[in-house]
Amino acid sequence: MNQPPKMPRREFLSNVAATVPSWLLFLSAFKPERLFAQESEKYDPTKHNYSMGVDIRKCIGCGRCADACKTENHVPREPFFFRTWVERYVIPVEGEVYVDSPNGGIDGFPEYKAESETLRTFFVPKLCNHCENAPCVQVCPVGATFTSQDGVVLVDASYCVGCRYCIQACPYGARYLHPTTKVADKCTFCYHRITKGDLPACVEVCPTQARVFGERNSNSSPIRRFLRFNDVKVLKSYLNTRPKVYYAGADEEVR
Amino acid sequence: MKLSRIPQQIIPLGILFAAAIIGLVVLRAIFVPPTFGEHGHYRAAAVDEISQLPESYAGIKACMDCHSDVYDLKQASVHKGLSCETCHGAAAAHAADPEAAKPVVPTGRNLCLTCHGYLDSRPSGFPQIISATHNPAKPCMSCHNPHSPIISAPTEECAACHAGIANQKAVSHHAELACTQCHTVPKEHFTQPRVFAAQKPAGREVCGACHANAGSGKEIPQIDLATHGGRYMCWDCHYPHSPEAQ
Ligand code: HEC
Ligand code: HEC
Ligand code: HEC
Ligand code: HEC
Ligand code: HEC
Ligand code: HEC
Ligand code: HEC
Ligand code: HEC
Repeated sequence: MNQPPKMPRREFLSNVAATVPSWLLFLSAFKPERLFAQESEKYDPTKHNYSMGVDIRKCIGCGRCADACKTENHVPREPFFFRTWVERYVIPVEGEVYVDSPNGGIDGFPEYKAESETLRTFFVPKLCNHCENAPCVQVCPVGATFTSQDGVVLVDASYCVGCRYCIQACPYGARYLHPTTKVADKCTFCYHRITKGDLPACVEVCPTQARVFGERNSNSSPIRRFLRFNDVKVLKSYLNTRPKVYYAGADEEVR
Repeated sequence: MKLSRIPQQIIPLGILFAAAIIGLVVLRAIFVPPTFGEHGHYRAAAVDEISQLPESYAGIKACMDCHSDVYDLKQASVHKGLSCETCHGAAAAHAADPEAAKPVVPTGRNLCLTCHGYLDSRPSGFPQIISATHNPAKPCMSCHNPHSPIISAPTEECAACHAGIANQKAVSHHAELACTQCHTVPKEHFTQPRVFAAQKPAGREVCGACHANAGSGKEIPQIDLATHGGRYMCWDCHYPHSPEAQ
């Protein structure tokens, strides 16, 4: 009979036991924590610099961004207070450009009957531009609005005196006075989300990826791709506010 | 230098100045908040306060684990660009404790129409429908799966796509007639209507089969095919889906 060479059971078991450490090492490579690399180190604002891109050619005007923003940031539901909103532009062949934003676009847009033929019509999502030369920061008498180290313009609600200078100074109309706290309020790029590695709420819910958000410091971030592959402009560039929100596919009428 | 050398009137002035400076320092210490000026002309602690605010939206990754079936279905569909919370609303509370909080489950037609209702400002090429003619009065979900909306099992019901004509015919003298009585429809028309067209009647004989045929039944009004309406097609005068004799 041709028996296979026998290995004593004891020897076999000890051989198996010897491989245990390498098995553990192998399995540890698949630990779920590794797969979903969580930033456990403390957030360092000096290492970040954020921007947003808006592709007007992709916006369908569904208003989900404005709606999600109100929920995420507890913005009052009345139709006068917005951190972000969607405008509809109707550019006629002749005559004045028509712009409207009923309830920020949250409830949709009613049909618009133009007097003359329409040349072009599209939606433009608006928000705080997080200017590098922010006029609102310059006029604040108490230092309650400021540019953080990661380039986001924020409002210190507990320090703001509600003087409204910043609301007057903003050329984009991005600020409002909160009716209950009586202090200035505006878009923060969802600072509480981005510092945890999440997307701003408006970017999260955008169905067509018309809004792009990311890190300016990284070569491969969505915003860098957006800036590289699109011809972009900023709103009211002649004011030299140096916005960090970039628009692609915007007509000259968009301001 | 002796103290007495200093002119007398300077001493009370000096005390006054010292008091003013001390007062200023004390007031500054009281009124300027602790971390003010650490990184700039603002309260550094405010940044941490803002970044610690709670989140309402969990993000699509949070839904992946528990709802992998819905997630996989949606990611393979035309709705792959949509986040779960675009339709279901903020669901961070639900993701943290699914029993305690339930997200919105949309019903009816309004949600879909915020994106798919026709608006001329929408980018051309984005799929849009006119709600009044696209199967009105039925919730979208009765035909479309919201997580995979393209209808893959094709409907053979002409009404699904030609609701206007079907509704009109349903209340006309031709209510009893099947669409296929007058139209020859290839099977592929149900999935690729623009590539495989349905045939429209070509000649007067299609109508004549009933209206110029003594054997077709008493209730069908008869005409003389040779003379009635001259050389025109019947549908130049009668709308075939809602014929009137006037
Ligand atoms: C920890 C697991 C878990 C996570 C994470 C989770 N869900 Fe759920 N979800 C559940 C359970 C359990 C139910 C209840 C199922 C049932 O009642 O049949 C449920 C039900 C639902 C329902 C149906 C509610 C109803 O009234 O029928 C929706 C919609 C839903 N989840 C959406 C989401 C979304 C969107 C997310 C991501 C933000 C999410 N879920 C994350 C476990 C989870
Ligand atoms: C286009 C909007 C839309 C998106 C995006 C969407 N849902 Fe839904 N979902 C609905 C609607 C509408 C219903 C109700 C379906 C019905 O009534 O038959 C629903 C139902 C559900 C239910 C209830 C159980 C069921 O299958 O009927 C769950 C759970 C759910 N969705 C989870 C999710 C998750 C998880 C995601 C993200 C991967 C998601 N949904 C994305 C619209 C959406
Ligand atoms: C927040 C916006 C949004 C909502 C809400 C939404 N959709 Fe969509 N839908 C889209 C986008 C974006 C596409 C992909 C369009 C494309 O491919 O260009 C799409 C594609 C579709 C398509 C495929 C059209 C085609 O032939 O290419 C159908 C059908 C559809 N949706 C039905 C629905 C239904 C039914 C609902 C309601 C349950 C719904 N959608 C809700 C954004 C939305
Ligand atoms: C009676 C069934 C039915 C109902 C109800 C229904 N649809 Fe459809 N829908 C269809 C069929 C059939 C098609 C064509 C097949 C396809 O493209 O998948 C279609 C096509 C579409 C398309 C693609 C149009 C295009 O040009 O490509 C969209 C978008 C759409 N439906 C949205 C909706 C929305 C939104 C609702 C609710 C307001 C709705 N449907 C209700 C049956 C239905
Ligand atoms: C999946 C949706 C769908 C279904 C189901 C459908 N159709 Fe159509 N049909 C269309 C579309 C879309 C067109 C427009 C094609 C075009 O404009 O080229 C069309 C066009 C037609 C035309 C006009 C062709 C022409 O040359 O102008 C006829 C007739 C027609 N359909 C008959 C029918 C009949 C009869 C049925 C039922 C047996 C049916 N269709 C079912 C989508 C559908
Ligand atoms: C009595 C015969 C007859 C019946 C029944 C009939 N059609 Fe027609 N249909 C016609 C004729 C004839 C035309 C051509 C009209 C024209 O060219 O002006 C036509 C044209 C059409 C067209 C082209 C668009 C238009 O309005 O011109 C569509 C789509 C269509 N029919 C769909 C249907 C559907 C769906 C049904 C069933 C609900 C149906 N038809 C039943 C005779 C009929
Ligand atoms: C399958 C048989 C059939 C065909 C084919 C047919 N019809 Fe009819 N049609 C009828 C019947 C049945 C009635 C009468 C119904 C009633 O009594 O109300 C009718 C009634 C009419 C009437 C009279 C309406 C009135 O006010 O009394 C007109 C006009 C008419 N059809 C036109 C047409 C035309 C045009 C065509 C061709 C496109 C056509 N029909 C094809 C069966 C047909
Ligand atoms: C030039 C326009 C015209 C054309 C083309 C035409 N009709 Fe008529 N048709 C009429 C008018 C007008 C009446 C009502 C007056 C009458 O009874 O002569 C009528 C009446 C009818 C009636 C009702 C007769 C009754 O006794 O109630 C039928 C059925 C009918 N047409 C069928 C057809 C058919 C089938 C064709 C195609 C072969 C056709 N028509 C072509 C104008 C036209």
